[in-house]
Amino acid sequence: MSIDALSPLPLPADQPPDLLHRATSSPLPLPPIFNNDPAPPELITQGAEALLYRTTYLLPSMLCALKYRPSKPYRHPILDARLTKHRILSEARVLVKCRREGVAVPAVYALDEREGWLMIEWVEGEVVRIKLNEWLKRRKEVDAQAERPLLEDPALKDFLGRVGTAVGKMHGIGIVHGDLTSSNLMLRLKEEAVNPADEEESRNAVLKGEVVLIDFGLASQSTADEDRAVDLYVLERAFGSTHPSAEEAFAEVLAAYGKSFKGANIVLKKLEDVRMRGRKRSMLG
Amino acid sequence: MALLETIQLEHLPQCHKVHIALYRDVKNAAFLHDQLLAGNASFEYALIDASVIVSKIHALAAAYRAVNDMLSDRLRSRNVHSEIVFSLSPNNNIAESFRRFGITPSTTSLLLIKITTDPSLSASDIASHLTTSIEGEALPFTDESIENVTDLARVRKIYKLNAGGGAKGKGGKGGKGGVNNVTSRVDERKELEVAVLGAIALRGATN
Ligand SMILES: Nc1ncnc2c1ncn2[C@@H]1O[C@H](COP(=O)(O)OP(=O)(O)OP(=O)(O)O)[C@@H](O)[C@H]1O
Ligand SMILES: [Mg+2]
Repeated sequence: MSIDALSPLPLPADQPPDLLHRATSSPLPLPPIFNNDPAPPELITQGAEALLYRTTYLLPSMLCALKYRPSKPYRHPILDARLTKHRILSEARVLVKCRREGVAVPAVYALDEREGWLMIEWVEGEVVRIKLNEWLKRRKEVDAQAERPLLEDPALKDFLGRVGTAVGKMHGIGIVHGDLTSSNLMLRLKEEAVNPADEEESRNAVLKGEVVLIDFGLASQSTADEDRAVDLYVLERAFGSTHPSAEEAFAEVLAAYGKSFKGANIVLKKLEDVRMRGRKRSMLG
Repeated sequence: MALLETIQLEHLPQCHKVHIALYRDVKNAAFLHDQLLAGNASFEYALIDASVIVSKIHALAAAYRAVNDMLSDRLRSRNVHSEIVFSLSPNNNIAESFRRFGITPSTTSLLLIKITTDPSLSASDIASHLTTSIEGEALPFTDESIENVTDLARVRKIYKLNAGGGAKGKGGKGGKGGVNNVTSRVDERKELEVAVLGAIALRGATN
């Protein structure tokens, strides 16, 4: 109720606020565009700020992800509306720029900054966090380590290289992500289903596919080496804690990054400073 | 005969129908343009110069945006039909959007969109009005027909997508052997569509 009362869309006084949510009996907030749908869209994730639904755009065949930022009852309504508008537009702008410049991100389909939603292309696939963990687990199960050390596994090296190249390409066009984790990177599903010859080939297929960057809610336009280095540092730390067994392999990401755009090596130098500061900070407590 | 297609767009109320017809070699664009200027009530259509449309989705995206804005009382122009034309625009200049995307006396390829909310006006009523009002060759509303009338250079200019851009080689793996021309042409078209969708979704809020 309170969410509706603060919604940036003024409701006609004689209409019960419930009408806004008649598309679903679930308590999850939905933007009013869903009012006419017989069934609510599928909720994929519920973050602190945003809800992500899987739905369709224009035609039943065109899948899309809908990112909804409902109003926050605890924020002042005017401030809340302004903040929502800013976040929606800023994420959309960055996505459009990336896509135009050939960086692999979801396409922007539509948005409504007043209602707080953004519709983007549905990326068929899975986040890198899940894919990489699945691959590491399968490798461990067959004890592939006995044959070849992890750091020398070509499938892993190739995959991490593609991650580094994707990040470098984004930095190269003047965008920093602001929240690089292996949950904000996806692997686009490859359609060509091959019959894998053996377990190794089938396992390595897990890491195939285009690396797609997602979640530009905290992104900004910047070419500052410091900002770029912080992006890498955040990814490095996230990587180390989410995939501890592959922590050392992160060097492959950086190696590919270093070759991905002019000036990347200066960023790698800067990364050493950022790491140092991070270490000092954690020592101070 | 008009080849009118009726589409139910996702998330719009059941009673809201989008009717679309495409023509080439239109002979009476000046007359049609006059009907709009005169506000002739029997010509409540979005009359779009089809040469600046890149795909079905491009046209439908504008219709969706206009209906959505109508439903939330946010029309910026006269009615939902003029709003469809404005919804094709990458900026907030309404008059300019009519000049660029709307029918002009010299238009030869025409995309017509009609939004109905009242089932008493049927698709066949609309089709018969079109048959008597539009002198031109009806084409099916498909990506193939649209492709044949698109003026790519003009689209790139209007949406500020530098040549080869808007579809800058994906992945930059240039010259990868075996990529056949058909695939890359389809990809390029797709990327152009994506760039255009992004531009109209942002409409001026580019920086
Ligand atoms: N375009 C997409 N296609 C398919 N799945 C997606 C897409 N975008 C996001 N997802 C899935 O939804 C999850 C959440 O999306 P996202 O990271 O954009 O939101 P969030 O983390 O809640 O947002 P924020 O950090 O801005 O509050 C992703 O981890 C991914 O699993
Ligand atoms: Mg996220």
